[in-house]
Amino acid sequence: MSQLLVGKFLTRIIATTITKPFISKSTLTTTASPLRKEIIYRDALNAAIDEEIERDERVFILGEEVAQYNGAYKVTKGLWKKWGDKRVIDTPITEMGFAGLAVGAAMAGLRPICEFMTFNFAMQAIDQVINSAGKTFYMSAGIVNVPIVFRGNNSAATGVAAQHSQCYGAWYAHCPGLKVVAPWSSEDVRGLFKSAVRDPDPVICLENEILLGQSFETPDQALVKDFLIPIGKGKIEKPGKHLTIVSFGRALNAVIPAAKELQSGGIDVEVINLRSLRPLDFDMISTSVKKTNHLITVEYGWPSCGIGSEIAARVMESEAFFHLDQPVIRLTGVDVPTPYAKELEDASFPRPQDVVQVVKKLLSK
Amino acid sequence: MLPSCARNINKPTISCKKVLQLINGTKNNYATEVKCETKPYKLHKLDTPPSASTTLSREDALKYYREMQVVRRMEASANNLYKTKLIRGFCHLYSGQEAVAVGIKAALRSHDAVITAYRDHGWAYLMGASVVEVLTELTGRKSGCARGKGGSMHMYTDNFYGGNGIVGAQVPLGAGIAFALKYKGTDGVCFALYGDGAANQGQVFETYNMAKLWNLPCIFVCENNGYGMGTSAQRAAANTAFYTRGDYVPGLWVDGMDVVTVREAARYAIDYCKSGKGPLVIEAATYRYFGHSMSDPGTSYRTREEIQEVRQKRDPITHFQELTTNAGLLSENEIKEINADVKKEVDEATEISKTDSSIGLDELATDIYANNLEPQIRNTTPFNPLTHNRLGKAVNLE
Repeated sequence: MSQLLVGKFLTRIIATTITKPFISKSTLTTTASPLRKEIIYRDALNAAIDEEIERDERVFILGEEVAQYNGAYKVTKGLWKKWGDKRVIDTPITEMGFAGLAVGAAMAGLRPICEFMTFNFAMQAIDQVINSAGKTFYMSAGIVNVPIVFRGNNSAATGVAAQHSQCYGAWYAHCPGLKVVAPWSSEDVRGLFKSAVRDPDPVICLENEILLGQSFETPDQALVKDFLIPIGKGKIEKPGKHLTIVSFGRALNAVIPAAKELQSGGIDVEVINLRSLRPLDFDMISTSVKKTNHLITVEYGWPSCGIGSEIAARVMESEAFFHLDQPVIRLTGVDVPTPYAKELEDASFPRPQDVVQVVKKLLSK
Repeated sequence: MLPSCARNINKPTISCKKVLQLINGTKNNYATEVKCETKPYKLHKLDTPPSASTTLSREDALKYYREMQVVRRMEASANNLYKTKLIRGFCHLYSGQEAVAVGIKAALRSHDAVITAYRDHGWAYLMGASVVEVLTELTGRKSGCARGKGGSMHMYTDNFYGGNGIVGAQVPLGAGIAFALKYKGTDGVCFALYGDGAANQGQVFETYNMAKLWNLPCIFVCENNGYGMGTSAQRAAANTAFYTRGDYVPGLWVDGMDVVTVREAARYAIDYCKSGKGPLVIEAATYRYFGHSMSDPGTSYRTREEIQEVRQKRDPITHFQELTTNAGLLSENEIKEINADVKKEVDEATEISKTDSSIGLDELATDIYANNLEPQIRNTTPFNPLTHNRLGKAVNLE
C-alpha cells in the first residue's frame, strides 16, 4: 500500500482547499431529540408496505412466507391479517415462477411487491428480473413499462456461509432498465421503498438481515405517509473535509464508527450514503472529492467489477480525477466465498479498523 | 420417423371437417353459414369435450382464410428479406402453424390477453399490428411496431405482451397477466403459448402449480410442432402427451391444423376459465415448414418427405380452402381474390420494409425508463454522453 502513496497522485490541475466549518459529532449520536425517534428498520419497512397497500389498490405483496408466517424475517408481520389473501400472498418456493408471475402482473397494470426471502434465492429468478422486467420497456419502444419492486435481504448476514452471504448490488446495478436502491437506515428504507413502489419502472430494493433488527434515529418528517426519498440521490451522513468515504447498506455499519473514531483523532471524513446504486449519485461523490481530494469506497461486495470499481472508474473518467491527492482505494469483501467459521467470516468484510487504517494511510497520519 | 404430432394428425380420423348441413340457405348462390364437425379432441381430467360440431359463417370463413393467408405470405416475405440480409439476427417463421393463432384469435374477446414466445410475427399481426408494422420491425425500421428496437422476437400491441426471446419465460408472465385480469375483477383470460421444447422448462411447471393453486384464468397452449429446435419431442420429453403435462391442470389435445377446431377449443377454454375453474393446458398438434430459425435448413433431423407429406395432406390453409369451397361458403374466385389482395398487401409492405428509414441515433437512449432518473446515459466513451428521451406511450404510468 505504501508504495501507492508516494507523493501526490499525478497532476492536480485545480488545487482545492475548501474548508467547511467543523461539524459537531452530534450528527452521529444516537440520542433521540424531540424531532427524531428511534425506529427499528423492520418496523419502518413494515409500515411503509402497509401504507402503500392502503394507498393504492393495485399494490400487493407476494413471496415465500409473507402472509400467514408473517414473513420469514417478520417484515410483513400483521399484514395478512389486516389485508387478507388478495393483497398479501404466500407463494410456493419457486422463485423463477413467482417472479415471472409478478412481472406479468405488473405488465398488465398491477403494482406488485415481489419479496425474495433473500437475494441469494433470486438468482433462480434473475432472468425474469433482468430480461423480462428490465428490458421490456426498451424492447417495446416505450409501450410496456413494468412497475414492480423486487425486495429482500441482500449481502451477508451472520453464520450462514457462502451460498447465503453475497452482495448483489453490482449485479443489478450493471443493468440498464433497472433501478437499484440499498437503504441503510430506517429513514432510508421508508423513503426509498415508497419511492420504489410509486415508480413506473422496475426497482430492486436491497435490504439486509442485520439492518432489519437495527434501530435508527429517524426524523419525524420521515414518518408522514408521503415521505419519499428520491431514487438516485445519495445522502451525506456526515460532512467532512479531509477524505470522502462512499458506502451503502450494511457496510455503513463499519464506516460510521470509523468516522467517529477518526473524528476524535482530528480526521474529519465526509461519509456519503449512496442510498441508490442505480442511478448512482455521482454528482455528490464528485462534489465531495473536489472538497476533500481523497476518496475511498466501502462495501460488502466482492472487489471484482464491484460498486467501488465503478466509482473509481467514474472518478478516473471525470474532472474529479484531477482533484485527487491519492488513488481511490476500495474496501470490499474479501475475494473469497464467505466462510462459515466466525473468525473467518468476521475477517471477510470491511471492519471499522480497516476503514480507519486506510484513511490514515491515505492521509499519511 | 414422424414426430408424434405429425403422426397424430396424419391418422385417417374422421374426414377433415365434414360439412354437416347448410344452415341459412344461400346468398348470391353461396351459403351464409354451415354447420361442420370439429376434429376429435383428447381430454385430460376433463369431463366433457368441446362441441363436436360448430357453425362457420361466411363472414368468419373469409376472415380466417384471409388471416391465415396473410401470416403465410408475410412469413414467406420475411424468409426472402432474411435471405437478402435485410432482416438480421434471429428470425423464426410460423408457416404451417397459422391455424393455431387464427383459431385462438377467433375466440378472443377484446379484454383477453395473449403472450407467446419468439415465433411471434403472426400473433403480432393478429393482435393488431399491420403487415407494414411487422415487416418493418423485422427490418429494423421506424414504422415497426417497436420502432425497430425489438426486432423479430419482441413485438407488442394492445393486450399482446410479446414476443419473448427466452424459452419458457413467457409462461409465468402469462400467468401473471391472468393474475392481473382476475385481480382487477374482469372475466378476462390470458393465453400463454409455448412450444414442445419449452414444455420441459422448470418454470413452466412452477407456473402450472401456482395457476392451479390460485385458479388463475390462464390457458397454457403448447404448440407442438414436433421439434424443439432440432430435437424431436420424443427425444426431449419423457411424456410427449403435452396436454397431460400439467398433471392436476386439466388438458385438451386439439388438431392445430384445423382452424375451426382450434377456435372451438379456445372458446371452450375461455368459458372454462372465466367461470373460475382455473387454468387449462391445450396441446395444439401442428407443424412448422421452415427450420427452427433462419439458420436452420430444418432437414438434418427430419426428412424432406416428412415436410412434404404434411404440406400435402394437412396444410391448414389448403385444408380450410377445400372445406369452405366444397361447402359452398366461399367460391374459388373469392379465394383467388383474397390471395391476390393479400399478395398485394404483403408485397407493398415488403417494399416499405426495404425503403423505410431506421430511427435516428437520437433514439438510442430513448425509453430505457418510463421515468428516467439518470442524469445522462453513458455512450461508448465518457466524452459524448447521451440524453434519455421518452417517446412511447407507456401503458402503466398511472
